[in-house]
Amino acid sequence: MERLRKYGFVAGFLVVPITLYSVFVISPYIQAFQLSLTSWNGYSSIVRYVGLDNFGRLFDDEVFWQALRNHGIMLLVLPIVTIVIALFLSFLLNLGGGPRGAGMRGVWGSKFYRVVFFFPQVLAVAVVGVLFQAVYRPDADGVLNGVLAVFGAAPVGWLTEPSLALWSIIAVMVWQGVGFYVVLFSAGMAAIPKDYFEAAALDGAGRVRLFFSITLPLLRDTVQVGWIYLGIAAFDGFALVQVLAGDKGEPDGATTILPVTIYKTAFAYNKVGYASAMGVALFFLTVTFAVLTLRTTRRERVEL
Amino acid sequence: MTHPGEITRRQMLRRLGMTAFVAGPGAGLLSACATGGTGGEPSAAPSITASASSKNPFGVDPKKPLEVVIFGGGYGDAYAKDVHEALYKKEFPGVTVKHDATQQIGTQLRPRFVSGDVPDVLNNSGPESMDLAALAAEGHLADLSVLFDAPSIDDPAKKVRDTVTPAVIDNAKIDGKDLVLNYTVSHRALWYNAKLFASKGWTLPKTWAEFTALGDKAKQEGILLFAYPGLKGPYYQLWNVLYTAAKIGGNQVIIDIDNLVDNAWNAEPMKQAVAAWVDIQAKYGDKAYFGLDHTQTQIKQLQNKLLFYPVGSWIENEMAKDKPDDFEYAIAPLPDVTSADKMPYGAIQVGVGENFVVAAKGKNPQGGLEYLRIMLSKEGARGFTEKTENLTVVNGAADGLDLPAGLRSAAKAQDAAGQNIITDARFEGWYKELFDYGTQQINVVMAGRVTPEKFCADMQKKADQIKKDDAVAKQTRSQ
Repeated sequence: MERLRKYGFVAGFLVVPITLYSVFVISPYIQAFQLSLTSWNGYSSIVRYVGLDNFGRLFDDEVFWQALRNHGIMLLVLPIVTIVIALFLSFLLNLGGGPRGAGMRGVWGSKFYRVVFFFPQVLAVAVVGVLFQAVYRPDADGVLNGVLAVFGAAPVGWLTEPSLALWSIIAVMVWQGVGFYVVLFSAGMAAIPKDYFEAAALDGAGRVRLFFSITLPLLRDTVQVGWIYLGIAAFDGFALVQVLAGDKGEPDGATTILPVTIYKTAFAYNKVGYASAMGVALFFLTVTFAVLTLRTTRRERVEL
Repeated sequence: MTHPGEITRRQMLRRLGMTAFVAGPGAGLLSACATGGTGGEPSAAPSITASASSKNPFGVDPKKPLEVVIFGGGYGDAYAKDVHEALYKKEFPGVTVKHDATQQIGTQLRPRFVSGDVPDVLNNSGPESMDLAALAAEGHLADLSVLFDAPSIDDPAKKVRDTVTPAVIDNAKIDGKDLVLNYTVSHRALWYNAKLFASKGWTLPKTWAEFTALGDKAKQEGILLFAYPGLKGPYYQLWNVLYTAAKIGGNQVIIDIDNLVDNAWNAEPMKQAVAAWVDIQAKYGDKAYFGLDHTQTQIKQLQNKLLFYPVGSWIENEMAKDKPDDFEYAIAPLPDVTSADKMPYGAIQVGVGENFVVAAKGKNPQGGLEYLRIMLSKEGARGFTEKTENLTVVNGAADGLDLPAGLRSAAKAQDAAGQNIITDARFEGWYKELFDYGTQQINVVMAGRVTPEKFCADMQKKADQIKKDDAVAKQTRSQ
C-alpha cells in the first residue's frame, strides 16, 4: 500500500509529460515513417501506399545527393573548427594566465570575454541570418566588401559564388556556436582539480604542454558531447540557409541541405510522402552519426 | 504583391519551430495530425443553384456567420475588412463576419481542409499558398460558374461574367471547371523612371540595338542598363525571359511550356530570349545584384543606379514610402529582339492574379459566393483599388479614380498594345517544382556559368521529369 502510494505519486508527475511527449514527438515520428511509404499530397483524405518507391526515388534524386554532399562537408568542418577554436579560447580564459597564487587563472579580462563570446548564442538564428546578410552583402555596401574596398579590392560574392557560399554559411555557424562551447569547455576545465596544473607547472610545463598533456585528456568526455551536438547541427542549418541563401540551394545547389529540401518538397511541391522518406533518411543519418561517434571515441573514463 | 521567397521574422520563428521537428533529427511535423481524416472517396459538395433574384441570388441565410481568410501580404487586409466585409454586413445587417489575415496560408489552413473545418472565403496567396488543383481534386472548391452567371450587383440585367475582363473566366478553370476567381490585373514589362528619361532627353528603346545603345550611354553616367534581384526575386527575370520568348515567337511558346509539350524549352525563341538577356547581363550588368533581394534592388533603382527593372505594376505601391519626388514609375514594353518578332513592339504582359476561392464544404458557401459577388461590384472593386492602388478585373471600376502615375502609364500601355497581350506562364502555379528550378537556373545562366543552350536543355530535362511524375496532377490550357 505504502509502495503503491509512492509510485502513484511519482506516476502522477510523469503522466502529463509522457503523454505530451508521445503525442507531439513520438507519434509524429511514427507517422512520418508510415507516410514515407505513401504518395500522400497533404490534402487528400485517401492515403495510397506505394511501398518503398519513395526510397528508390531518393537514390536517383540529384538534389538529395547534392544535399548529402553539403552535409558531408559541414560534418567534417563544422565540429573540428568550432571545437578547436572553442578549446583554444576557453583555455585562454581559464588557464591562459598561468599559475598565480593558489590556482590557475585566465588571461586578463577573461570574465568580460566570456560574456562577449556567449553573445552570438543568445541571438535568434533568424537575427543572425539578417545580420550576416549585411555582412556578406555582395556590393560595396556589404560590411566585408566595404573593408575590402578600402584596400582597393573588388567586391566578393560571398553567397553568390558557388565555391564560397557554403563556406560563408559554415563560418556563420562557427561564429554562432563557439560561445556555447567556450562555456561548456570552461565548465569542464573548472572541474579539473587545480593541483594537477600546479604540479605540472612546478615541474616546468609550459602552457602548450599543460593544454595537450592535462587539459585535453581530462576534457575528453565534454569534447565528445560537443562533437555530437555539432554533428547534429551539421545536419540542420535550416533557418540560416533559408535567410542567407534562400530555399533553392543558391548558387547552383551549393547550399542545398536536407531540411530545406524536405520543407520545400512537402509544403511547396505537396509531396508529403516523398518528403517523409527524406525525413526518415535524415533520421537514420543522424542516429548513425551519433552512434558511430560514441562507438569510435569510447574509452576508459579517467578517474579524477 | 507577394514574394514567394520573402520571409517575415514571425514566419521564420514558426519555421524554426518546425525545424525542431522536421530536422532535428527526423521528419516529425510533416505528419503531425496529418492523416487524421478518415479514408474513403472525397465526398461531393452540395451544388448551389442561382435564382434570378438580384438581391440574393444564392439564397444566403442572412443570419449565418461568414468566415474570410485573407493573405496579409503586399495588399494588406484593410480592403477586405473595411470594404468587402463592411459591404457584406451592410447587405445582411447583424451578421457576424469572422476575419482572419495570415501570411501562413498553408500552415494554417492545410490541417483545416484535411479535418473539414474550412473558412468560407479564402484568399490563396503568398509563399505558402495551397495547391488549388489538389484541393479541387478533393472537392473542396465551390463551382464559381453560378457566380459568373448570377446577376451583377451594379446592373442586374448583366451577368457577372460580362462585367469582368475575359481572362478571369479563362484562368478560373481547373480541370475544366470554374473554381478560382482571379481578382487583380497587373501589367508586367520593364519599369523605369520617366522623370530621369525626361531630364536626360532619352527615349524608350524600341529595338535591341537601341536598347544596347542606351546601355552604353547610361554606362558613361554610371547607370546600369538593367538588373533584377537574384537573391529573392530571380523569378522576375524568369518571367522576363519567358515574355521575351513570347515576344519573339508568340504566346504559343509559353502555352507549349505550360502544357509540357516535348522540347518546348528548346524552342528557338526561348534560346534567343535567354541568349539576348545573358548578353545584356554580361555587357551591362553587375553581378552584385545576384546577391541582393528585391527591396535592395528596388531602392537602387529609386537612386537611379539602374534604368530598367523587370517587374509588375505593384511596384509603385510597394515602393511608395521610399519613392523620392524626382522618381516617376512608368512601364516600358520589351524592345524588339529580332527584326521578325511575332509580336510587334508595344506588346506587354497583362495578367490576372490574386486567387480567391469559396470552400464547397464550408458552413456557408452561399455566403462565400455572395461575398465574391460583392467583391466584383463596382463599389467593392473601387474600394480595393483605393486601398491598394492596384487595379481589379472589374471593367470600368477604376474610372474617375485618381490613379498614380505608374498605373496610368500601365493602362496607357495596355491600350497601345491592343490585342498584343503576352500571356502569363501558368506552370508557375501548376508545377511549382519546375518553376522553382527555373528561378534557380536563371541565376546560373545569367551569371554565365552555363550557356543559354544548356539552360534550355536543363529546363527541358526537369519538365520531362515532371511530365513523367504521376504524383503531379497535370493541367492543360488551350490559349
